[in-house]
Amino acid sequence: MTNKTDAQHALTLGDRVQADRVHTSLYTDPAIFEQEMDKVFSSTWVWVAHASEIPEAGSYKNTYIGVQPVIVVRDRKQKVHVLLNRCRHRAATVCEGKKGKTSSFVCPYHGWSYSLDGALRGVPHPESYADQLEKGELGLVSLRVEEYAGMIFATMKNDIEPLVDYLGPAKKWMDLFMKQGAGYPIKVAGEHRFRFPGNWKIQLENTTDAYHFPLVHKSFLSSVDKQTEEMLDFVGGSGYVEDLGNGHSVMVMIPQLIDLEENLDAPIPARFAELAEELRAEGHADQEVRRIVRAVGGSGFNLNIFPNIACSMAFFRVLQPISVNETEIHHAVITMDGGPQVANQARLRLHEHFQGPMGFGTPDDSEAWERVQKGASAGKDLWIMLNRGLAGEKPTPDGRASDVSAETGMRAAYQQWKKLMTA
Amino acid sequence: MNTELITQVAAFIWQEADMLDHGEYAQWLESWTPDGLYIVPIDPEQTDFANTLNYAYDNAEMREKRVARLGSGESISTSPVPRTVRDVSRFRVLSNDGTNVTVRCAQNLREFRKDVLKHYTADVSFELVRSGGSFLIRRKVVRLINSTDTLQGIGYIL
Repeated sequence: MTNKTDAQHALTLGDRVQADRVHTSLYTDPAIFEQEMDKVFSSTWVWVAHASEIPEAGSYKNTYIGVQPVIVVRDRKQKVHVLLNRCRHRAATVCEGKKGKTSSFVCPYHGWSYSLDGALRGVPHPESYADQLEKGELGLVSLRVEEYAGMIFATMKNDIEPLVDYLGPAKKWMDLFMKQGAGYPIKVAGEHRFRFPGNWKIQLENTTDAYHFPLVHKSFLSSVDKQTEEMLDFVGGSGYVEDLGNGHSVMVMIPQLIDLEENLDAPIPARFAELAEELRAEGHADQEVRRIVRAVGGSGFNLNIFPNIACSMAFFRVLQPISVNETEIHHAVITMDGGPQVANQARLRLHEHFQGPMGFGTPDDSEAWERVQKGASAGKDLWIMLNRGLAGEKPTPDGRASDVSAETGMRAAYQQWKKLMTA
Repeated sequence: MNTELITQVAAFIWQEADMLDHGEYAQWLESWTPDGLYIVPIDPEQTDFANTLNYAYDNAEMREKRVARLGSGESISTSPVPRTVRDVSRFRVLSNDGTNVTVRCAQNLREFRKDVLKHYTADVSFELVRSGGSFLIRRKVVRLINSTDTLQGIGYIL
């Protein structure tokens, strides 16, 4: 790096994360990005799939841990494996396509074949190896995999704590989030994928940023009914952001929608009146109608799980770093598996309304993040300020909390970043 | 081959394309039947759009909201407004019962906004209904050939 200033050289990685700010180089320095792929993404639990994405034996999904391609696959005994997508012969990927179903993985280059658990089954023309090929040593590299509430995580670091310990108090919020199945299993039913020219941590911050909502999403707020607009007018409201430890945080925007199975007697919002009528006409009892309708609207909080997944109101936000200034985002829609068709259609339409390249919300977020990255190339010695809500931060049983538009969740994520990067 | 019908259909679709490139949205909104659907799917093979996730699945109400947003000045992704020019061609009539005409065509659209020129190619299907010497759109399905890729914001109507 020839264009670093002296001041930047003088700062250690640890110095670059302060209690109330982080250094601009965290967005812009390619060397830091390289280290993140190793010290963050290869050293902690990383979300790879929701169980519903690989429903049957042989179902697989291709994804990445950091920048490394991995296959998430369910074997014949329903056990989930996460395998590096790299043939052990000469490195070609053994599986392509976003998802599918298979009975084995066969490398297209020389035909080495692997079973669903990654074991090397056979190689064409083995005679040339003269029985010296250590087949047992040459399976696809298999990672440690653990699952909580249908969320599948993998890690490249075998000796870290169990997933449930890593998640800690976040587990309670995951359980609450899954209530939007309204009693039906949660199902990922597609996703919007997009990229923006900016660092991955800009997006990580955004999921715990209530402050931007009324400004960046003004055009979205203008497109919803008055009652919904008032519900989404949460900045300055009674919500809060809580640091849950290990980089995780929850931002509660609409406190009355924390538990979707409570307040079932509250009036049905006007925007769901028609849906409620249709559900009643289908024969659903009143309490069931209320439960489904409430679930359709989604949870009143965003749970940010470090480093790459968020349970965000009504969808999963998946974050995939590409380079220091390029990030891919997936917004996966959630439906009720086997639930009423009209309710699932409502979920799909709500998702399309805000998310995706033609949504009324995501493109504006993306534009703002792009401008953060562009602006960050000015003033190399400047800092990203994260001190909002610091003054009002108070200890809680699970961590620390401040007001709904506090930058508490971002501070939590950067402290975890610092811990991993300086380990 | 019914070249007279192709000419009629092409004239209507070219007019629609010209309206969209020149931001004549009020007139565009009137080009639809009340039950019309404007759909931009993700999965190229999908036909059950109501029960799957799309980029856009707009009934009359959502079309009006989309148009209002594009002209509102409230959205940073559409201010400045993207400039677009689209070519529509390769018309093929798939069915015609005298009232309803289904036609498929190719669309190549170029977009310029800020400092980036983008290119979107799509297969477009129209279900048209004859009305007062012209047509109304009952369904328009825009199948981008790169719909399964990672797309960036599309701040206009495809």
